[in-house]
Amino acid sequence: MSIWERLSKIDRRIIYLLLALVIIIPIVFRIPSTVAVSESAQMAYDVLDGLPAGTPVLFSTDFDPASMPELRPMMTAVLRHAFKKKLKVIMMGHWPTGIPLSTIILEEVAQEFDVEYGVDYINIGYRPGAGLVMIQMGREIRSVFDIDITGEPLDSFPMMKPIHNYSDIGLVACFEAGDMGEIWARYAWGRFGVRIIMGTTAVVTPDIYPYLGSRQIEGLIGGMAGAAAYEKLIEHPDKAMIRMSSQAWAHILIVLFIVIGNIGFFMMRRIERIKKKRTE
Amino acid sequence: MRRQIPLLLTFLTGVAIIIAFFIPHRPFNEVQDILIDWAIIITGFALLLGVHSLLRKHITHIQRKDSGWGFSLILTFFFIGVFVAGIISAFQYKGYSLTPGSSLYFVYDYMVIPLSATMFALLAFFIASAAYRAFRARRLNATLLLVAAVIVMLGRVPIAENAFFKFLTRFSDWFMFIPQMAAKRGIWIGIALGAFAMSLRIILGIERTYLQ
Amino acid sequence: MNVLLAFLFLIQQSPDSLQSDTTKVIEVVRPAPPTDVIAMDTPNDEGESIALQWTISKDDGDGLNSVILYNVFRAPSKEGPFDYIGTVGAGRTGYDDQDVEKDKVTYYYKVKSQTKDKVESEASNVASAQSFPQWFHHGRWNYLIFGVLFTFFFAFYLSRAKVKGTKLFIRKIAGLDAVEEAVGRSTEMGKPVLFCPGIGYLYHIATIAALTILGKIAKKTAEYETRLIMPNYDPLVMTAAQEIVKQSYTEAGRPDNFNEKDIFYLTQDQFGFAAGVDGIMIREKPGAIFLQGVFYAESLILAETGHSVGAIQIAGTDRVTQLPFFISACDYTLIGEEMFAASSYLSRDPVMLGTIKGEDTSKVVIIAVIIIGTIMGILGGLNIGPFGTWFLNLVNWFTRG
Repeated sequence: MSIWERLSKIDRRIIYLLLALVIIIPIVFRIPSTVAVSESAQMAYDVLDGLPAGTPVLFSTDFDPASMPELRPMMTAVLRHAFKKKLKVIMMGHWPTGIPLSTIILEEVAQEFDVEYGVDYINIGYRPGAGLVMIQMGREIRSVFDIDITGEPLDSFPMMKPIHNYSDIGLVACFEAGDMGEIWARYAWGRFGVRIIMGTTAVVTPDIYPYLGSRQIEGLIGGMAGAAAYEKLIEHPDKAMIRMSSQAWAHILIVLFIVIGNIGFFMMRRIERIKKKRTE
Repeated sequence: MRRQIPLLLTFLTGVAIIIAFFIPHRPFNEVQDILIDWAIIITGFALLLGVHSLLRKHITHIQRKDSGWGFSLILTFFFIGVFVAGIISAFQYKGYSLTPGSSLYFVYDYMVIPLSATMFALLAFFIASAAYRAFRARRLNATLLLVAAVIVMLGRVPIAENAFFKFLTRFSDWFMFIPQMAAKRGIWIGIALGAFAMSLRIILGIERTYLQ
Repeated sequence: MNVLLAFLFLIQQSPDSLQSDTTKVIEVVRPAPPTDVIAMDTPNDEGESIALQWTISKDDGDGLNSVILYNVFRAPSKEGPFDYIGTVGAGRTGYDDQDVEKDKVTYYYKVKSQTKDKVESEASNVASAQSFPQWFHHGRWNYLIFGVLFTFFFAFYLSRAKVKGTKLFIRKIAGLDAVEEAVGRSTEMGKPVLFCPGIGYLYHIATIAALTILGKIAKKTAEYETRLIMPNYDPLVMTAAQEIVKQSYTEAGRPDNFNEKDIFYLTQDQFGFAAGVDGIMIREKPGAIFLQGVFYAESLILAETGHSVGAIQIAGTDRVTQLPFFISACDYTLIGEEMFAASSYLSRDPVMLGTIKGEDTSKVVIIAVIIIGTIMGILGGLNIGPFGTWFLNLVNWFTRG
């Protein structure tokens, strides 16, 4: 095998090994990264930042542990921003396996602030039905969520008393690892005109761009880069900014591999052409 | 008969849903809700079919001592284990089986979370090897794809704050907003029409492979 | 600021306790009431709902800037008694009363504004309305017109194919032509064929399309006597698949070769399913892998593993985001529409092909609308003639419903 052929057919295990190193080293040595704030993340930040204190914000956890590395830092950052701005947080979710996770994240962030359960934030959990739940909530939240996650009736919490449907909610911030985001845009925005910002895994992000383009949602925090940007915007660097460093170097490594592969490919093609000419 | 009845049912439900979409008046507006309720109930019971299929396959493996029967044993063991943990937790915590402290929560925290995250994380490695293999400048369109991919990849994660990376970030934003979205919308419209045609074929009973 | 105060206030006070306290603070200046209250039947609904609209109080965001919310009251007669029915925050100009007890009965409404010191304004004018259920959703004319138009195209080409037997041209779809080759190669190598329907449910149109493709593949595996493995995510898809494959084996004259246990349920956890299918790929080393249906983030995890075991891979999905992954890792990919056209393409049934022709004609209509819209938008943007308004009307017409 010539060197060029080798370059165009690198064993996948070598790629995996180098990639693992490039990902692990920045995390272990906590190498900070440069974070570029994308326009869409800035939009999400501005919307939340513009809400007056006391406005209820509905958080929806539409992901499960698989996408936790990306979406957990993102939701943490947005929650921090919400509590810092003294907004009321209502936590819910459309993925049953994400609810314990959202409880962990909510409680963790709440501890950093002087906030009280039932007064400043509440966790109403999960109900099956996705789009149907969203439509019902547009009429009366209690028709689907009559109790919170601990089984207490919603009306027993002071913050929930004046909140009946989307018209009482200033913003929906939903975190998406699947297609629930599109359902939010279609039903909650489409039928009730509620304002939405979305946080998505990098895989899902391109799917959501059209909704941002048509202003059906007002901000989009995409992937780890979005999470890191949000951490930068709220001036609270955390996990995403460190993980971002791994991602940045991983991207560069992949680009390098693509370049190497192409060099090998071109050289082989050239050699073949020369050979062909000689035989002619 | 075996074919006619399902075809008739498909036709009737299909037409009912279409009518209900345009008529908000009772009883039409309730059609969809009723059908969804039925679907939820059927799906719930269908899970039993799945459990039956899974256990039958693996218990046969164990009985016959087929190659790899050890894995089947592990699967059966954990299936029963998690099932029992779920039932106990549900009783213990009055239906809130995933309350921190319950045995099901232990399974969730120490097994489901790390295992799911691991599987998803594999994606990073697979993207690297797939990108390395696929992005070759074979023809002009492949070259364009390659150049766009490299710019977006670098633009998303600038490693330095300078004019070059700022340009890349802005370019990748533009690229995702405009050309990417244009292409995607084109495919979407095609898919929507394809789905429309397929639905029509199903409702009219022209397409019936799925009903064999 | 008003909204902020409204919410701060609302969380402390329930509307029931509001009225009793107002007498204590008569010294305070009352805010101006909202004006021009109108009540009307909520359009396009099943009835039992009345929509209110008003002009905000002069002291809402302006004047004394003291209004933080509006309370809405309803009565069965003009004289009362008016009962409190709901509250909305400052700045809002409407309220939907969705608890109307009876249709075709007149109800009377009035609205009062209120300050953070619990001071209510005088009542607004009294407005009345009756609720009615509607027989047609007027916001959905767009769906109806285009739905009927497209159905007409399908019916037209369908009947032409049926009656005249017109032969319709369909372009080559490489991914579908490769099905036979893939199954054949698998047979030569003595390896099984793996069919993965993804993680969609039976109600996903892509899953149904995948099942129709499965039927064709099963016929080939039956003819070649090759083992067909199919792990499932949804038990209903599994049951349907078992029936389809059984039928295909019967049609191919090899019902004995059908093994129900090869079409089995795995799990309904996304990455558990991906891990399971990957494991099967590594252990069974299939010669051909079909990834057809609804896929999410697991698409590349499956496709790369499939590539690493050296299988010919034919993917197909309507999830646009997953298409790049499939295209880069698989030998052939059916892009959305191609997948839906698969059963027509493979069967070459003129009636089925007719619907594809109908699809193309519909596309021409859509392209025409897009071009007209673009021209109107550009002319409107340049402030030429009435195009701006026309463009907005067009956009509004399409986004209704």
